Amino acid sequence: MIAWTIYLTFAGAVVLLVFPDVLARWIALLTAIAGFVLGIVAFVRTPVADLAHFMTIVSVPWVPPLGMNYHLAVDGVSLTMVLVTGISAVSTVLFSWDVDHRQREFFFWLLLVVGGCYGVFLSADLFLLFAFYELVIVPKYFLIAIFGSTSKEYGAMKLTLYSFFGGMFVFAGILAAYATAGSLDLSQLVQFHFSAQLQSWAFPVLFLGFAVLAGIWPLHTWAPTGHVAAPTAGSMLLAGIVMKLGAYAALRVAMNMFPEGFHAWSKWIAVLAVIGIVYAAAVALRQHDLKFVIGYSSVSHMGFVLLGLATANVLGVSGAVLQMFSHGVIAALLFAVAGRMLYRRTHTRELDALSEMNLSHALPFAAFAFVIACAASMGIPGFSGFAAEITILIGVWKTYPIAVWITGAGMVLVAAFTLRALVKSFFGEVRMQPVRVSTDADWNEQSITLAEKCGACLLMFATLAVGLYPKFLLDRIMPAVEAMRFLK
Amino acid sequence: MSYLELIKLASPEAVVVITALVVLAVGLTSRRTATICSIIAVFGLAGAIGAVLMLPRNANLFGGMLVITPLTSLFKIICLALAFFTICLVRSEKSLRHPGEYLAIILLATVGLMLLVGSEELLMIFIGLELLGLSLYVMAAFDRNDARSAEAGLKYFLFGSTSSAFTLFGISLIYGMSGSTGLAAISDKLAAAPVQPLLATGIIMTLIGFAFKIAAAPFHLWAPDAYQGAPVPSAAFIASGSKVASFVVLGKIVLVGFGPVHGSSAWHAMTAGWSPVLAVLAALSILIGNLVALAQTNVRRLLAYSAVAHAGYTLLGLVAGSRDGFSATLFYVAVYAITLVGAFGVVAVVRGETGGDNLKNFSGLAGRAPLLAGCMAVFMLSLAGIPPLAGFFGKFYLFSAALRAGGNYGLLWLIALGLFGSFVSLYYYLIVLKAIFVDQPSLETSSSPDRSSSDLLQRITVTVLAAAILVLGLMPDTLASRILAALS
Repeated sequence: MIAWTIYLTFAGAVVLLVFPDVLARWIALLTAIAGFVLGIVAFVRTPVADLAHFMTIVSVPWVPPLGMNYHLAVDGVSLTMVLVTGISAVSTVLFSWDVDHRQREFFFWLLLVVGGCYGVFLSADLFLLFAFYELVIVPKYFLIAIFGSTSKEYGAMKLTLYSFFGGMFVFAGILAAYATAGSLDLSQLVQFHFSAQLQSWAFPVLFLGFAVLAGIWPLHTWAPTGHVAAPTAGSMLLAGIVMKLGAYAALRVAMNMFPEGFHAWSKWIAVLAVIGIVYAAAVALRQHDLKFVIGYSSVSHMGFVLLGLATANVLGVSGAVLQMFSHGVIAALLFAVAGRMLYRRTHTRELDALSEMNLSHALPFAAFAFVIACAASMGIPGFSGFAAEITILIGVWKTYPIAVWITGAGMVLVAAFTLRALVKSFFGEVRMQPVRVSTDADWNEQSITLAEKCGACLLMFATLAVGLYPKFLLDRIMPAVEAMRFLK
Repeated sequence: MSYLELIKLASPEAVVVITALVVLAVGLTSRRTATICSIIAVFGLAGAIGAVLMLPRNANLFGGMLVITPLTSLFKIICLALAFFTICLVRSEKSLRHPGEYLAIILLATVGLMLLVGSEELLMIFIGLELLGLSLYVMAAFDRNDARSAEAGLKYFLFGSTSSAFTLFGISLIYGMSGSTGLAAISDKLAAAPVQPLLATGIIMTLIGFAFKIAAAPFHLWAPDAYQGAPVPSAAFIASGSKVASFVVLGKIVLVGFGPVHGSSAWHAMTAGWSPVLAVLAALSILIGNLVALAQTNVRRLLAYSAVAHAGYTLLGLVAGSRDGFSATLFYVAVYAITLVGAFGVVAVVRGETGGDNLKNFSGLAGRAPLLAGCMAVFMLSLAGIPPLAGFFGKFYLFSAALRAGGNYGLLWLIALGLFGSFVSLYYYLIVLKAIFVDQPSLETSSSPDRSSSDLLQRITVTVLAAAILVLGLMPDTLASRILAALS
C-alpha cells in the first residue's frame, strides 16, 4: 500500500497537465495529502516488529537479462523518511498557493521531485534507486531557473551540476558493485562479501557521490546559492527532503554494502562532518541575507547527520535518521517564513532592512512560527532538534569523544547565528516610525493567509510532537538500524 | 540455389528499390506530386517491413553476401522505421524543389542501410557503404538555393570518399592476407596465424572508414558542417539511419571477422589488436565531442558535436567485445537514432517558424508550443542520460557491460572518461532547455498562418518519437531482450 505514494504522486503530476492552470494547485494539494495520509496510515498500521528489517512490498522483474527488478521495500528508516516527505510535500504545496504564472508547470516539477523522493526512500533495487535519485535532479533545475529569484539561473545550474557530479560518482560505485556481485538487488548485495581492496576504493566513491547531495563540506557550496535562488517551495523541498536523499542513500547503499570500507573511512567522514558543522555555522553568522543564513544552517545541521552516520553505532545512526526527519521539518518551516511570509510582503531579505520594520507587530503569526522554528533549530529541549542532536551526540561520545567537544562549540555558534537572525528579522529596534510594511500592488491582504497558516501549523506540530515524544519514531528506527550490517 | 529463392530472401531490398523507381517516375511527371510520392514511399516502406517479417529465421547466401538472422531482420525493421520518420519530416521542407527525387534518394539510401545490415562479406559491405554514402552526399547538397547545403554536401563528399579509399585499401590488404572476403573465413584464417604488421595496417585502415561514418574523433570534422548545412531531413537521416547501420556492420566486422585479434584495452594489460584502436577513438570522441559542444550556439552544430561524443560512448560496448557489450551498443545506437530524428524534427519546426536554428531561435518555445518544448526536453534529457528516459538505461547498460567485460575493472579508465563526459554534457543540454523553458522569446516569430497540415504531421511525428523514448525508458526490456535473444 505504501508503494502507492509513488504512483499517486506521479499520476498527480501527469493529471494536472491536462487540466487548466487554476485547478493545478488543488490537484497538487490532493496528491500531496494522499501521499501524506498513506504514509501515516502505513506508519500506524504496520506492526513495529515488521519494520525491523527491509520488508519487500513489491517485487516484479523489470529487465530480467540484466537482473533488474522493480523491487520496493520498507523498514523503520525508510518509513520515517516517507513520512517527512509527505509532511514537506503538503506544506510545500500550501506555501506555493499563490504561484501566479505557469502553475501547471510549477506543480508538475514539484510533484516529480516529491515522487522521486518517495521512490528513493522505498527502492530496494540499486538501479531503481539510482533512477529515482537522478530523476529528482532536473525538475529542481526548472523549479529554480523558471520560478526562482536572486541570480536564479546561476544557482540552478550550479545546484544541478553539483548533483549530477555526485551522481557520476554514485554511478561508478554502483557499476563496481554490480560488475563484481552480478546482482542489483540490495538485499542480495548486502549479503555479498566484497573484497577489502574493492571496498577501500568503492566505498569513498559511492559515499562521496551521495554526500554531495547531503551537503558534505567542502562540496556544500551548491546548497546556500541554490536555496537562495530557489522559490520558497524549492528551498523547502531542497532542504526538507532532497538533501536527505543523499544521507539516506549513503546509509542504505554505501554503508550497508561496503561495511569494511566504511570502517576504514569513517573517521575521515567524521572529520569532514565536524568541519562542516562548525564552518557552516561560522559562515552563517556573517551573512546579511536571511536565506543565506538558513542555507548555511542547513549545511551545518546536515553535518550532524553525517557525524551520526560516521559513529557506526545504533544510537548515532538512529539519531542521524531522527535528525533527517527533524531537520526536514525545521528547515521547511524556516524557509517558509523567510521566503514566503516575509519576502512576499517586504520584498527584502536583508537582515538590516528587516530589523527596521518591527515585523513582530506587523506579522505576529510569522513571528510566532519563526520563534518556534529557531528554537527547534537551536536544539531547545521539547523540540525535535534537541531529541535528534542529543541522540547523535551520545552516539558520538562512544566513538569520537573529541568530536563532541568541537561540536559543542559549533552548537554555540548555531545558537548565536539563529538568535541573531531571529532578533534582526522580527525584533529589531524601530528607528523609523512606520509600522506598515510596504505592500504589493496586487497583494491587498497583508495578513497571513489560511494556506500559510495550515502549512506552518503542520510543520510546527510535527517538530513539537517528535520533540516531546521521539520514542514514537525511535521505536521504529532503532530496530531497523540494529539490523544493518555495518555496526561495530 | 534457385533464382526464385534469391528474390524471396532479398524481397525487402527489392521492394524498396522498386518503390524508389516508382517514386522517381511519378515525381518526373509533374511538380505537384509531393503528396502522392510520399504516400507511395510510405507504402513501400510498410511493404518492406512486411517482407522482412515474412523472411525465414536464418539463411545465408553466397558465403555471407546476404545473411538473414533475427538480428539483421530486427535492424532492417529499425532502419526502415527510421526512413519512415525521416520521410514524415520531408513533408514540411518547402525549400526542396524536387520532392520526388529527394524521396527516391532516401529510399536508395535505405537500400544501402539494409545491404550493410544484412551482409557478412566485405565486398558487399563496401557496396552498401558506397550506395549509402553516394545517396547521402546528394541528400546533403540537395538544397540548391542554400550555399551552406552545398558546402555540407561537398565536405561530406570529400571526407567520405577519402575514407572510402582507406576502407577499400584496408579490405584489399585483409583479402591479401586471408584469401577471403567472407567474415567467417577471415576469422578462421586470423585465428591460425599471428598478427602481422600488414594485417594490422589493413585492420586500422578498414576501421578508419567506419570511424568516418560514425563520426568518431578525429574523423568527425565533416559532421558539424553537414549537420548544420544540410536540409533537416538529410541531417536527421545522416545522424540516425546511417549511424545505426554503420554500428551494426562495424560490430559484425570486428567481432565476427576480426574476433581472434581482439587485443585488450585494459589499462593494466594493454595488448595489440583492434580493441585498443577503438578505445582510443572512443576516448578522443568523448573528450573532443563534449568539450567542443560546450561552446556551440547553434543547436544543429551542438547536436553534431554531441553526436561525436555519443559515438564515443557507443564504441565502449564494442571495445568490451562481449555479447553483452554488442547488445548494449546496438540498444544505445537504436535509441540514439530515434532521439536524433525527433530532435531534428523539433529543429525543423522551429526553423520553419523563426527562420533559423540558433539557440536564440529556441528561446521561449515553451510558451509558443508547449508540446514541442516537452518533446525537445525528452530528447535532450534522454541524450544526457536522465531517467526515466531510454538514454539513461542505455548508458547504464553500456557502462556496466564494459566494466564486466574488461576483467578486473580493466576498462575503468574509459568508463570514468564516459561518466565525466556525460557530466559535462548535461550542461549544454540544459543550455538548450534553458533557452526553451526559461528565456523570454527574443525574436519575432512569423506568426503561423501557414501552420498547415504538413506542420501537424511533423508535430505528430515528434510526439510519437518522444513517446517511444519514454516507453523504451520505462520498459527497456521490450527492445533489450529482443536484441539479446537475436544475438545468441
